[in-house]
Amino acid sequence: MARMTMIEALRDALDVAMGRDNRVIVFGEDAGYFGGVFRVTSGLQKKYGPTRCFDTPINESGIVGAGIGMAAYGLRPVVEIQFADYVYPAYDQIVSEAARLRYRSNGEFTCPMVIRMPTGGGIFGGQTHSQSPEALFTHVTGLKVVVPSNPQDAKGLLLSAIEDPDPVIFMEPKRLYNGPFDGHHERPVASWKNHPFGEVEPGHYTVPLGKAAIRREGSAVTVLTYGTMVHVAEAAAEETGVDAEVIDLRTLLPLDLEAVTASVRKTGRCVIVHEATLTSGFGAELAALVQQECFYHLEAPVRRVAGWDTPYPHVHEWSYFPGPARVGAALTSIMEA
Amino acid sequence: MDDLPPLSLRVPAPEVRPGDKPDFSHVTIPRAGTVRRPEIDENPEDMRDMAFTIIRVLNRQAEAVGPWAIDLSDDALRDGLRHMMILRAFDARMLTAQRQQKTSFYMQHLGEEAVSCAFRKALNPGDMNFPTYRQAGLLIAGDYPLRTMMNQIYSNAEDPMRGRQMPVMYSDKPQGFFSISGNLATQYIQAVGWAMASAIMNDRKIAAAWIGDGSTAESDFHAALVFASTYKAPVILNIVNNQWAISTFQGIARGGSGTFAARGLGFGIPSLRVDGNDYLAVLSVARWAAERARRNLGPTMIEYVTYRQGAHSTSDDPSAYRPAEESSAWPLGDPILRLKNHMILKGPWSEERHAQAEAEIMAEVIAAQKEAEAIGTLHSGHRPSVREMFEDVYETMPPHLMRQRQEAGY
Repeated sequence: MARMTMIEALRDALDVAMGRDNRVIVFGEDAGYFGGVFRVTSGLQKKYGPTRCFDTPINESGIVGAGIGMAAYGLRPVVEIQFADYVYPAYDQIVSEAARLRYRSNGEFTCPMVIRMPTGGGIFGGQTHSQSPEALFTHVTGLKVVVPSNPQDAKGLLLSAIEDPDPVIFMEPKRLYNGPFDGHHERPVASWKNHPFGEVEPGHYTVPLGKAAIRREGSAVTVLTYGTMVHVAEAAAEETGVDAEVIDLRTLLPLDLEAVTASVRKTGRCVIVHEATLTSGFGAELAALVQQECFYHLEAPVRRVAGWDTPYPHVHEWSYFPGPARVGAALTSIMEA
Repeated sequence: MDDLPPLSLRVPAPEVRPGDKPDFSHVTIPRAGTVRRPEIDENPEDMRDMAFTIIRVLNRQAEAVGPWAIDLSDDALRDGLRHMMILRAFDARMLTAQRQQKTSFYMQHLGEEAVSCAFRKALNPGDMNFPTYRQAGLLIAGDYPLRTMMNQIYSNAEDPMRGRQMPVMYSDKPQGFFSISGNLATQYIQAVGWAMASAIMNDRKIAAAWIGDGSTAESDFHAALVFASTYKAPVILNIVNNQWAISTFQGIARGGSGTFAARGLGFGIPSLRVDGNDYLAVLSVARWAAERARRNLGPTMIEYVTYRQGAHSTSDDPSAYRPAEESSAWPLGDPILRLKNHMILKGPWSEERHAQAEAEIMAEVIAAQKEAEAIGTLHSGHRPSVREMFEDVYETMPPHLMRQRQEAGY
């Protein structure tokens, strides 16, 4: 076992994948020589050469479109969008092309591509370095959407994503790159060094897509969440004393519905937590599924704690980010409902 | 500054509209054989002139002249003419089939047959086209079964796309024909990526990107050019300038640029314009560009100057926006007629043989159509199963789709 940050774990996953399969090609803005603005691709160009890991022009549609062409040729591109906030120019290529290629060609052409993008807030990133656009992808048939919450998962999920035969949107919570974050911005920054999931197995291993993980077992209420909010939810449960079962969904699409329903049927209550804005966010899909599948087990209305329906602000970061106080309040109040 | 007049917006408009006399006097057409042929490895900087002229081989007398003239065998000529004639007959039959409601939609190639039919002959097996919806000649010139194309158009039980795609959105990997998308220009950058992949793997295959004049305005056209330029990808960047994007004349997409080919110059990409109704010129230029790509000399842009004689699609009526006689006034003529005249001049063809070939080809197309219709059309006969509607979204069907398939009763 080795101690790794999420950045190191992701880099290790890319290294392992590139070492095992020469069809794995890594590229994006500043992803080559410099090794990425978050260092995830650091050293890969030196090790594998500039045709396996390279810098691209600043053109997100070009990055994804070229990746689709490479995937159709038979390569396994892993492309990087510098921030999830900048994925929109590539949206046409992702929705109309990558997601539909297998279907529209009856399996003749496929798109085994991973689109990595740092996501989420809590870093004073303001409007265009903090967004969580996962719902824009979970609404697209043909995509898979993955959000890891720790280094161990990050590596295993990324390797699964690279080996997956279909396009995967891989969203990396940049707030978790260097350490876990439970929303307590007033405390010193934690590191992955002392966290159990900072232990990362060397070499090749995978964490399956479509499988959730129970991060904290509990009997009173189920918390459905992913990414940074896993740590916030865990903290909120400890601080309120509510015996919450925290489920890290890990893959949003396809969803591990079994894990969700098993937990909610057990607890009878459900709180959904995400950083993304509330209206038509992924939480709405989760709430609808829980209502449909667990209606006779529910003892209280399903609650959602999410980002407000505003663009992500700069100075009001901690009034916006759904921290442990807001999540805790939801846990307490749903127990009284 | 107060003495300056107020600003005004320029909105380009075609010279003529319905009811006006067609006028192509603004289209400068060099005499056949007069445009030079650069060496394959000529510095792109030194061939900027090629983006502002039109390479032509067949002259008014139907002779093949000049440095771009190629000496095709009689068989190759007959093949070329045959492919164009099949495409035209195929279009005519499918247009009628749409009017008979045997299919929902069709798009013809009338007047543009030389572009895709000739280009196909410059490619090798394994090369990949990223076509638009108006390059079916790539399939026909590859002797792709007409019946299979019709099965796709009819969305019947033998449609290779399983009824999932609108008519004419073909896909065939062995033919080097990438799956067509309704979203314009997306495939242009994908072609560049495919070519980059071939280069990354030290392969010998090249890619061909296709786009119309109107779609060059899309962002992905720009993306493709910058990527092709940066990585010197082995790709041929084709622009089919048929003067019209539905109702919009080419001046709207072209703006102040002299030609569409000139767009490539800013990216350092050698860019040529060619007479798109001249089968020999198209093939000759395509071979030149393919050789450049295969020798790892990088991308080439080719603008095919042609004219969309037919309606944009079966859902379009061009008399609403252009003069009805405009297509007959088009100065580059008809691609089939021009090659036919050349072949008659050269010897291997005659009016009689042409008439006979026309009849044979129509019979061949009708026979294929009967076979396809015996399987089914949009509203009758055998269709793909509804069960298949849920397949191939992913390689393995996820649980939520399985539940929906069951809910739908399959």
